[in-house]
Amino acid sequence: MVSPAAPRRSFEFKASRNIVGKVIEIILFLAASISVVTTIAIVVDLIYESIPFFQVAGLWQFLTGREWGPVFEPPKYGILPLVSGTLTTTIVALLLAIPMGTIIAMYLSEFAPAQVREIVKPILELLAGVPTVVYGYFALLVVTPALQLVLKDLPGFNMLSAGLVIGIMIVPTISSISEDAMRAVPVSLREGSYATGATRLQTALRVVFPAAISGISSSYILGISRAVGETMVVAVAAGLQYRLTFNPAESAATITAYIVQVSIGDLPYGSIPYQSVFAAGLVLVFMTLVLNVIGHFLSKRYREIY
Amino acid sequence: MTGGKLAHDVQSDLSRRKLIDAIFVIVGMVALLVATIVLLTLITSLAVRGVPRATLNFPEFFFTFASRRPTAAGIYAAWVGSALVMVVTACTAVPLGVAAGIYLEEYARKNWVSDLIEINVTNLAGVPSIIYGLLALGVLNQGLKLGESILTAGITLALLILPVVIVTTREALRAIPLSLREAAYAVGATKWRMIWDHILPYATGSILTGVIIGLSRAIGETAPLITIGALTFIAFLPVNTESLPAFISSFLSFAWLKEPFTVMPIQMFNWVSRPEPAFQDNAAAAGIVLLLMTLAMNGVAIYLRYRFRKGIKW
Repeated sequence: MVSPAAPRRSFEFKASRNIVGKVIEIILFLAASISVVTTIAIVVDLIYESIPFFQVAGLWQFLTGREWGPVFEPPKYGILPLVSGTLTTTIVALLLAIPMGTIIAMYLSEFAPAQVREIVKPILELLAGVPTVVYGYFALLVVTPALQLVLKDLPGFNMLSAGLVIGIMIVPTISSISEDAMRAVPVSLREGSYATGATRLQTALRVVFPAAISGISSSYILGISRAVGETMVVAVAAGLQYRLTFNPAESAATITAYIVQVSIGDLPYGSIPYQSVFAAGLVLVFMTLVLNVIGHFLSKRYREIY
Repeated sequence: MTGGKLAHDVQSDLSRRKLIDAIFVIVGMVALLVATIVLLTLITSLAVRGVPRATLNFPEFFFTFASRRPTAAGIYAAWVGSALVMVVTACTAVPLGVAAGIYLEEYARKNWVSDLIEINVTNLAGVPSIIYGLLALGVLNQGLKLGESILTAGITLALLILPVVIVTTREALRAIPLSLREAAYAVGATKWRMIWDHILPYATGSILTGVIIGLSRAIGETAPLITIGALTFIAFLPVNTESLPAFISSFLSFAWLKEPFTVMPIQMFNWVSRPEPAFQDNAAAAGIVLLLMTLAMNGVAIYLRYRFRKGIKW
């Protein structure tokens, strides 16, 4: 026999379970909002700390000045030398990484036997897992001496070897995401192409590549973003000269390398060099944000519907 | 035009196109070969200089502190520091990341709040790591007064790998079939009991794989820790290692959280930035140890992925 109290008890039990469920949901929600808090903290922190710097340096002078050196006497506050260094190393890296990454992705997805793919993918993942400071060592002590055998006048610190090593570093990013995108293209599209008499390469270039372009372009954007933000390779191997130049055979400083260089010395809190680091960081975040937005736009614009 | 001539034209066109195909295959293999050779060169160049230095009167290199004389300098403070920072990172990133992943995958309704969080997680994954260093310098170090400590470093790296943990948790949860959830609901489980008792145990393997990949990235990170001032000359350990009980009690007191520190990649950066070749031998030795640490972690992750995939059949 069911006692008369039973339905009531089960009702209370259910209510208490609902409260527990609600509390857990709120806790989980708070954990998820940490990411939003982090983003807001990054933006607020960078702007808050760099406002005093802009009051001294002037926003216009900061953005258009051709000389950089907040610790020099007299101080120079033009960011352009750091931007030119960042762009030059990034372009060198991309000239290596985009063709190489794309060719590897296309080879693995359209030509290579399954066993080759199974062996090669983990090896590429290892390339991506090597700590960046190790790549810095490699650029300075292996790649630069090797390049100097060919280019006799190359200085010991230069953007060329730093850029090339960053390029090697981002090959796995590009090849792995591009390969996934190409493999996701339905086989029927390839079969249609073969049926018209196209070879594998023609199919890969004219059918698979355009069909996968949204994934491929987002892999490029991710690669560019990583090259722009890469720190240790340039801090070790590019030299730390504030020089407005686009010649990769020269030494120069990037935005990230400047931040590291100034951070190694003791930064008196609230000084202009301390705040200049945050201003440089703001430019870096702005550059990567623009890239992310372009990437988002591209992947929407070119999404193929099969 | 005769039929024979046409057939001949088609034939020569086809063989020309097949030749281009064959050339591309060679180009692809060369590209792969170049990537592999670079990896091999990197490892051998480190090993040639580093292994003799690291094994010269083994195991002194691992149990001596940094020094002004390159031959007397070791990585004791660096690897202990790395291990302690990783403890803080894991203890912060795992609960937060897994909880966030569960919320986004199981609870979040499709509205602008969950959209905002999703876009945020993707964007955070693309923020350069040095920016996290500036965040730590401004907010954790100066704002919350946590100082240039192990705690600051651990939290910084945890924030850095949080997107990785969140994304892998979501993928792990998504891979679990609906029937399992329905079975749990059918016997009267609440949503949370269903997740905790039935979904999470199956997802643990994949989540663990993602966590280890995140940690192996964190252990190699240098830039965000340089900005918070970790590049200091450390000649002591933050924990007591005289005996095992002394170690356990000094570890459990959590005083080490507030201590200054150095980590493996920063020790290596410090050495590689010096002009003396002898210090660069030390850099190579630290590099090979660091590389082995990350390879070991990646290896464990790959093994776990393989084991859990094989063990579970739906």
